[in-house]
This record gives sequence, structure tokens and C-alpha cells, in this order.
Amino acid sequence: MGYIADTSQFEKLFSYWKEEYEIWAPRRFQGGGRFSDTDAVRYARVDSPSEIEFEEKSAYSWKETVFPPSETLFYFSQNHVEEAEAPAKKRLVFLRSCDLAAVRRMDQIYLKNGDPDYYYARKRDGLAFVLIGCPHTCENGFCVSMGTNASDNYDMSVDVTDGAYYIDCPQEDWSRKLEELGAAPAEHKPSRVTENKVSVRIPDNLTYEVGKSTMWNQYDKRCINCGRCNFVCPTCTCFTMQDMYYDADGKVGERRRVQASCMVDGYTDVAGGASYRKKNGQRMRFKTLHKVLDFRERFGYQMCVGCGRCDDICPEYISFSHIINHLEEGMKEAQADDNSK
Amino acid sequence: MTTANKYVPFPSRIEKVIRHTQIEYTFRMHFDQAEEKVKPGQFFEISMPKYGEAPISVSGIGKDSIDFTIRRVGVVTNEIFEHYEGQSLLIRGPYGNGFDFNDYNGSELIVVAGGTGVSPVRGVIDYYAHHPEKVDGITAIVGFKSPDDMLFRDDLAYWKEHIDFRMTVDSAKGREGYREGFVTAVVPELTPKDLANTKAIVVGPPPMMRFTIAGLIKLGIPEENIWLSQERKMCCGLGKCGHCKIGNTYVCLDGPVFPYLKSKTMVD
Repeated sequence: MGYIADTSQFEKLFSYWKEEYEIWAPRRFQGGGRFSDTDAVRYARVDSPSEIEFEEKSAYSWKETVFPPSETLFYFSQNHVEEAEAPAKKRLVFLRSCDLAAVRRMDQIYLKNGDPDYYYARKRDGLAFVLIGCPHTCENGFCVSMGTNASDNYDMSVDVTDGAYYIDCPQEDWSRKLEELGAAPAEHKPSRVTENKVSVRIPDNLTYEVGKSTMWNQYDKRCINCGRCNFVCPTCTCFTMQDMYYDADGKVGERRRVQASCMVDGYTDVAGGASYRKKNGQRMRFKTLHKVLDFRERFGYQMCVGCGRCDDICPEYISFSHIINHLEEGMKEAQADDNSK
Repeated sequence: MTTANKYVPFPSRIEKVIRHTQIEYTFRMHFDQAEEKVKPGQFFEISMPKYGEAPISVSGIGKDSIDFTIRRVGVVTNEIFEHYEGQSLLIRGPYGNGFDFNDYNGSELIVVAGGTGVSPVRGVIDYYAHHPEKVDGITAIVGFKSPDDMLFRDDLAYWKEHIDFRMTVDSAKGREGYREGFVTAVVPELTPKDLANTKAIVVGPPPMMRFTIAGLIKLGIPEENIWLSQERKMCCGLGKCGHCKIGNTYVCLDGPVFPYLKSKTMVD
């Protein structure tokens, strides 16, 4: 059902949600940006609709709602192990279409690649999603090319225009609540981007052979392997175990998992000092092919959702969409090399 | 959805410590019904609270015990060496596919292993050394750095008596009775009866595996008859953490044992 709600009605809906949910949404942190006098927009708990940033794309993705930069798995106390408690409340997440598509990718890894992940599953069960409509494209996104610009698997969608909330609400309880609050019925479908400034084409003949191309060499030096592209990516799920101890003699502490990056040193280190993919260009190739080749080979659809956050955040101004668009030439080069041998 | 928490390790008692070298010990750990539940080639995550976890291959399987042969090379393994008999370690597993005896039964089997690479195949060699009727002959070629670095001395002695066993050391350090050189030098000397029915397993450092496999192929052993085990940084062992992924393959779920035909297509 569709509705138009005013601010007061939306605030009341918000209060109603808060009885059951903790609400997570993009939020503006003034002065928290990467450059002086800039703001940061990232996911955080919000207590009222006015705290939600409806306009600007969040620099970090929805994933922090369920996959925070650091998550305690259990506590050690001498020889005892005690599991960390689950969050007390279910979570309701405001997110855009690209991020909602990313939820499926995260489910794929955490619930369906091998046995389900306990810590993800217990949070995932209670998640509800409110789609934020996108009336226009963001700077670096290429969601249209990746087919993630439209979604229908939301509990509710909202477009905010001049203080009015345009809503589509398949969730029946919420729909009843909106009616009870006096929201005016009006059919509405969430706005969506139909054309981005950037488009990509993933070549049909793409194989691992593209690793032989010289296209990766430029990243050996240009890329400084800071890993920001991974940390902002809504589909990057990698983590590393980390033990933290509170006392000097190591009797009391916790094991965490912290977000990891395949671009950062140490990612592949094995005991004894060996490691794989020493050059940054090789790491770029590994990451790129995961996003547009090997995830699809394993699960049947592309991993990258085209949100463009990796391009937004890169301190070296490396463009991932540019890399994708270069793959076709890279394949030609790799195959030409093969033929000349 | 009810999901088991596979990240929480369980305590396992150290039943015995066998010292092979200065830096390599075997820890025999209690594990109920290990024979039914664990296969050679699988691995466990061993925890050292405060230091983290490390993936360690199973180097032996008893009725209710599993062996871990650990080389003291990292932060976690260093710490493990400070714990001895009577104490316990926190472990979780088993993970990975392990070796499938069905792949080798009835064939002539060649196993080539270097250094700690002997650990994951020890169970395979030992099984066929005790059940020679299951294969049409078994040859084990094992290499160590020097006589001081030899692992599983009791097993090596048994294999020497019961199967075609050959050992090399990179350097004999002046001692008599050792063949100096690499395992790769032994491979061309092999004379399998029927190449099409000869199977091979290779485990060791990446260059050793590369050259050994090249040698086996040159000998005429079909590529599809070769298996190997990959070592990667398995942080979770559950297909989630991503560290062991190679292309579309997760070493912890799909491996660590791979047919060579699959492995040769995997680009790190």
C-alpha cells in the first residue's frame, strides 16, 4: 500500500518502530569527514527521522549494521569461554537499492557458503529494511549497469520531498499503523535511478587470463594498499580473528573478528613467512575478479553492486569502474600474448 | 533459524608430546571417535587465547585422539610450545575435505612429501603401509632439510621395512647413510608398472610441489591422477573470512586437497 505521511506522522511511525527495533540509517557527522570542514555520512543508530541523512550517499555501507569493523565473538576467562550476547533488539535499516542488493551478497557468503555463520544469522533474522528512493544518481555509482538500481524486496520504501514522506509499504503491520496515524493513501513506487554518469561493461569472455595483462602494473605503485575500498564496500565480507586481553598475564580477554582487506599487507601470510600476491597490482586483480568474475562463477550472479563507494573513498583516485571497463582490452592483450607464444 | 556456533573452540587434553626436532613436536590430543570423524588431510584451528588461532593439519588419527605436528614458526605456534602434557588446548574442527581413500584404492600409489608436508599425508602412507592389499604397491618419497630435521622417525623406520620408501636430505651435514638432494631427483627413477593406474599425492612447499608434479607428468603419469594439498591462511575454516580464497575456490571448504587438474587452474 502507498501513503503520503507528514513529518509528525512519520515521527510517530518511528516511535512505533522503536518499541521493537533499534533503527540504523545514514547519519551526518559534522566535521567528521576526511578533509577539513567536511562532514562524514555513515551508518549509525538514529533516534528520530531528523537524524537520517536522506540526500547524501553514506561513505560507509549498510554492512556495519550487522558486520561492524570489530565484533566480539566470545570472552575468555582462564579456561572458560563465554559467547558474546546478541544485540538486545532487532534492527531496522534505512538503505538504498545498491545496499539492499548487497544484503543478498552478504547472505550468500555468511549463510550459504558452507554452514551458516552463527553471529551473522542471529542478527540477520530480525532485520527489517526501509528503502530510501534515489531520485537522481550519485557521483560514482553505476547501479544501472549492475542491475541493482531497482529493488522490490523491502519492507517499506520512502522518498522524502519537501517535508512529505512518500511511502510504499508491503509490510502489513506498518501499513495498518500508517492508516491509524492518518497518512493519506496514495500509490507510490520508490524513485530509482535509470541512468548513471558512469556505466560499465563486463566482457563476456572474461577469464582469469586477464591477470596476464599489463593493465594491473600501474597499480603496483598507484595503489597504496590502504584497504579503504574494501572497508567501504557493501559486499566485502572478509575478517580476521583478533585476540584482545585486558590483563597483563593473559587470563581474561576476548576474541574478536575485525574487518579485513585483501589489499592490505598480511592478508595471505601463512606461518613461516610465506605470502601470496605481494604486489598491489596483483591484489587489485584479485579484488576486481572477485567482484566481477569468480563470485559469479560460484554463485551465479555478480558480486559488485555498483555503489561506487570504492571510487569515492580512494585517496589515490583509482576508479574501480575504470578498471572494469579496461578488462575487455586486458583480455585482448592477454590473449594476443598467448597467441604470439 | 537455529545455527550452531562454530567459532567457539572446545578444550582438548594434550595426551602426549613427541619431540621430533628442536622446533617440531607432535601434540597428541584427545578427540572422541576421531577414527570415524576425522580424515587425513583435514585441519583444525588451534587457539592460543591472547595470541589467536592457527590452522594445523591433522598428522595422525587414533581411536580417540588426533595428532598435530607443529613447527614453531609463528606467534601462535610459539605459544603452543609453552604448553605441555596434562594441559589442554582450545581447538575447533575438523575442517576441509581431506584425502579420500577411494581415489587411491586399487592403484599403484606414489606419495611425495617435503618437511612438514609429511604431516597431512602421514595418515595416508600409514594406512596403506598397514593395508598393502588395498593398493597395487605404494612408494613414499620424503625429503627433509637435514637428518636433524626428520619427523616421525618411528614411522619412517616402519615404512622402510614395509613399503618402497625413499628419503632425501638437502644436506646430510657430513653424516653417512643419507641421500643428499631433493625429492625431485628421486622422481625420474621411479618405474610404475602401469602408468594409467598410477596415482600420486604431492605435499610440500610450493616450488617443491611444482617441480615434483612436472617430474611425475614427465614420467607419464596422467595429470588427472595427481592430487595435492594447498596451504593458505585459513582464519575461520568455515568459508567466511575470505583469506584462503583462490579465484572461485575456498581452500577451507573445497580443499585443502585438490586434484592437480583443478589446482593448476587456480591463480592466487
